[in-house]
Amino acid sequence: MPANKFNGFTEYGIGIGLRATHYDHILSRKPVCDWFEIISENFMIDGGRPLQILDQILEQYKVVQHGVSMYFGSAEKPNREHLRRLKDLVKRTKTPWVSDHLCWGSVDGRYTHDLLPMPYTFEAAKLTAQKVREVRDYLEVPVAVENVSSYAEFHVSEMTEWEFLNEVVERADCGILLDVNNIYVSSQNHSFDPMAYVNSVPAERVAQIHIAGHSKYRKYILDTHDHPVIDPVWKLYDRAIHRVGHTATLLEWDDSIPTFKEVHDEALKANKFLASSVLATAS
Amino acid sequence: MKLLALQRTMARAVMQPLTRSEHMQQKAPGGGKMRAYAGRFIKPNDRLTSFERLEIYNRQYWFRLFSAMTEDFPGLRSVLGEKQFDAMCQAYLIDCPSTSFTLRNLGSKLESWLRAHPKFAAIKQTLALDIARLEWADVEAFDNEAKPPLRTEDLAGAAAANLTLELQPYVRLLDLKYPVDDLLLAVRKEEDTDFASNAFSERRKKKHVRAVAKLKPQAIFLVVHRIENSVYFRRIEPEEFAMLAALRQGKKLGKALDAAFRNSAMPVDQRAGAVQQWFQNWATLGWFCRPRQNAANA
Repeated sequence: MPANKFNGFTEYGIGIGLRATHYDHILSRKPVCDWFEIISENFMIDGGRPLQILDQILEQYKVVQHGVSMYFGSAEKPNREHLRRLKDLVKRTKTPWVSDHLCWGSVDGRYTHDLLPMPYTFEAAKLTAQKVREVRDYLEVPVAVENVSSYAEFHVSEMTEWEFLNEVVERADCGILLDVNNIYVSSQNHSFDPMAYVNSVPAERVAQIHIAGHSKYRKYILDTHDHPVIDPVWKLYDRAIHRVGHTATLLEWDDSIPTFKEVHDEALKANKFLASSVLATAS
Repeated sequence: MKLLALQRTMARAVMQPLTRSEHMQQKAPGGGKMRAYAGRFIKPNDRLTSFERLEIYNRQYWFRLFSAMTEDFPGLRSVLGEKQFDAMCQAYLIDCPSTSFTLRNLGSKLESWLRAHPKFAAIKQTLALDIARLEWADVEAFDNEAKPPLRTEDLAGAAAANLTLELQPYVRLLDLKYPVDDLLLAVRKEEDTDFASNAFSERRKKKHVRAVAKLKPQAIFLVVHRIENSVYFRRIEPEEFAMLAALRQGKKLGKALDAAFRNSAMPVDQRAGAVQQWFQNWATLGWFCRPRQNAANA
């Protein structure tokens, strides 16, 4: 199950997000790391140091592209320039799959640069799935959509978030980047059972899993990617792994970033759960 | 509410400026109360009202964009001061919201916008425009395309006067009224030092004010370029600048040479030597691209 058509039939292990603060360490020490996830938009440029660094990383490591501004859920058409540059990057990295978020963020050509929540309606699911298909067909690589953290819900919603996710991925026949931290954050902000979410995801579509830390405020939780992963999120990860098998896992750490070793060690904690999932399968 | 209508409704609120205390405005876009506006499409929960839930996104939008502007324009921030810089950013982003998938392009219209809105820099307008131009040139020099560089053999057989030379897209030419290259380097050095020493922003602010106050007008001709993917500032003589500017406009070599020395005070007997030296420097620095046909055949 872990190697499936949504992750290009790959068996990737545990990776971390490639961040500028770790470039020197990675290039000079060449630490062992199963794979790196890059933010596509940071490299959708014409030249200069970022592409030079990327090429050096590509010589040594496996890289997967993760986007932040495709906005599958925006009501407008995909931006052609964005798609063209993304495809150029796909050719460069040879990423086995690309992922972006199940959200919207632009309207009438204006970008918020945020991952705004979807209204969970059939109209939105249909339009989003159509856009995912268009992007996948253009890029010619599998696409996985990631569930986002959210802080607001809409009156017009007709289903739960996980029902909406299922509706979109079934209509689009695409993969899922399951972010268990985002499930936890949203479950706390919207008072639902995060385990019910994890249990409802179509396991055969999960291409990759994200883990991360967050920040807790008095009345809500923000998805800040600036802390270690907390136990309740590991529990969701454990459950997800038991359902979907040994799946490519990535730790996101984007703010107050510690040393490479600290970030990588935090990611490698996932090994404990992956091992127990293998044992459970064997028995 | 249909998807497009909902997204327009939410985006209008999210992109509406914050109050001075960095909270969401009580007044909704187009008038009326924001509480009622938010309540029409966002559900409250047991801890947050619709207003408060929408406010999270409103604040994140502005914090993210201010952060991007501060990162790209630290020099302009030091010229205007933090408060005025924030006011300018807000006004700029209202007039020129992002229309790109990447925040890299957020400041692309800042110079022209600032020129049309002199009240934000007031008596420091010329200085502010110069530093804004330099900081945007720095963004472009950092990641613009590098085409295959010109080789000696690319010039073989060409009649020199009719030659057209193309500058690399990452080479940016600036004629400036203030030596803002020094200022920007000083600002960056301070920021690096402060970051390393964990010093307080108050001290940084005072140092910036002193550096800006000391800056006297001085015309400079600057090339912002990169070597091995690091960006550098190189001051050049006005004649050399005029020639590069003419070449960038697509003028043939003969016309560009005319432009270089049209108003020049350089003694005639020194000109040939100067041109020869420029070409040597440009070749060393790789500032010119291979002609398109040759590049395609390479």
